[in-house]
Amino acid sequence: MRLVTHNLLRCNIRGLTEEQGYPLRIQADKVETIPAPFNGDLLQGMVRKMSWQGLQSALRDLGVMEEWRAMEGFPETPSDEFLQQLHHVLFEVHVQDGTLVCPTTGRSFPVKDGIPNMLLHEDEV
Amino acid sequence: MSRPETTAPPELFYNESEARKYDSSSRMIKIQEEITTRAMEMLGLPNRPCYILDIGCGSGLSGQVLEEAGHYWVGCDISSSMLSVAAEQDSDTGDLCHADMGQGLPFRPATFDGIVSISAIQWLCYSNAADQDPKLRLNRFFSSLYTVMKRDAKAVLQFYPETPEQAVLIAQCASRVGFSGGIVVDYPNSSKAKKHYLCLSFERSYHVPRALTGAETMSVASGGAMSMAGSAAASAVGTFDALAAASGNVSVLGRERDEKTRRMTKNGRKALRKKHSVEWVRHKKEQMRGRGKAVKNDSKYTGRKRPTPF
Repeated sequence: MRLVTHNLLRCNIRGLTEEQGYPLRIQADKVETIPAPFNGDLLQGMVRKMSWQGLQSALRDLGVMEEWRAMEGFPETPSDEFLQQLHHVLFEVHVQDGTLVCPTTGRSFPVKDGIPNMLLHEDEV
Repeated sequence: MSRPETTAPPELFYNESEARKYDSSSRMIKIQEEITTRAMEMLGLPNRPCYILDIGCGSGLSGQVLEEAGHYWVGCDISSSMLSVAAEQDSDTGDLCHADMGQGLPFRPATFDGIVSISAIQWLCYSNAADQDPKLRLNRFFSSLYTVMKRDAKAVLQFYPETPEQAVLIAQCASRVGFSGGIVVDYPNSSKAKKHYLCLSFERSYHVPRALTGAETMSVASGGAMSMAGSAAASAVGTFDALAAASGNVSVLGRERDEKTRRMTKNGRKALRKKHSVEWVRHKKEQMRGRGKAVKNDSKYTGRKRPTPF
């Protein structure tokens, strides 16, 4: 599961409002870096769509990109270096094994072989 | 051959051996690719990389088509065997998610530029546990779909309805949560090539794409009162328009079934199984006629219960 996907995921247990259940906290047991071809257009499109808050939360949980901690949001005119780094964290960092935890309910969703298991129990639907 | 949907729940039906078929059968691969390409054509995405959700992504065949078109995609499926096969592809721009679409889609609001689904959503119509109500699942699915789509996004969901009524049920559910759109039927006169695509949009003025090979479009009503249409198609292309709710009978132009074909459908055969029922008596009389025996003509009294015991 790439961080770009984590940025989209939220807990959809019944009863949560649209803002709740996000961002999911990451408890990573195995993280891999798999190179991916840089796609500037895709990245530009992503920047418009992503939640900076969600990304910061993920980076904090994984303990990477300390230097971005102080930034409030995506830069207005991102530098090439920033884009390269963004490409790396979004598309090349894979959480292979671990757990995603809902910040509102505390429910954990396991991640195995890079695939998060978002199946809910019947009483949560 | 019975439908997969009546055999087992999807997470069990799509086990390892079934998943392998999707990976190795060139025919299956080709069909899935064709359907995905057609669905993408109908989506009409802009010429830049987009965020697409692939519902019921299965072994990732459709995801490959999305990737080749330069889009980023997230695929979700209920079968872990299928997802394992999909994971083997190591897609550059796609990620997978183990989820049940009938429980709602676990994504943030207004996320996706487009939605595709290939041969998946009919599974929502079959309940596999006492507490699984198809109508609830359909509703949960379409409401969450409405939420996770961006306002200018569209959804193209290819599915295999068991009956026309099932297609109407699915489309009505979509319209009830607020979507515009309709069902496009490609090659409606070919039982093998026929494909149903549920095309959804937020725009009131949305017109569904034209079907292939002179095929007509089935459109379904939005909200409020249903008005009866004698036959589907031509009247309202692109708007959800009333269809056959009252009579429970959906007619598709050019597919008027004759007596014999109707009897051989599933419901037709079920009626025949009940011995001494009206259908059974008519069937038997027809059989005897075929053998050249002298048989009384059919009338409204045929097979009717007699008032006095013999």
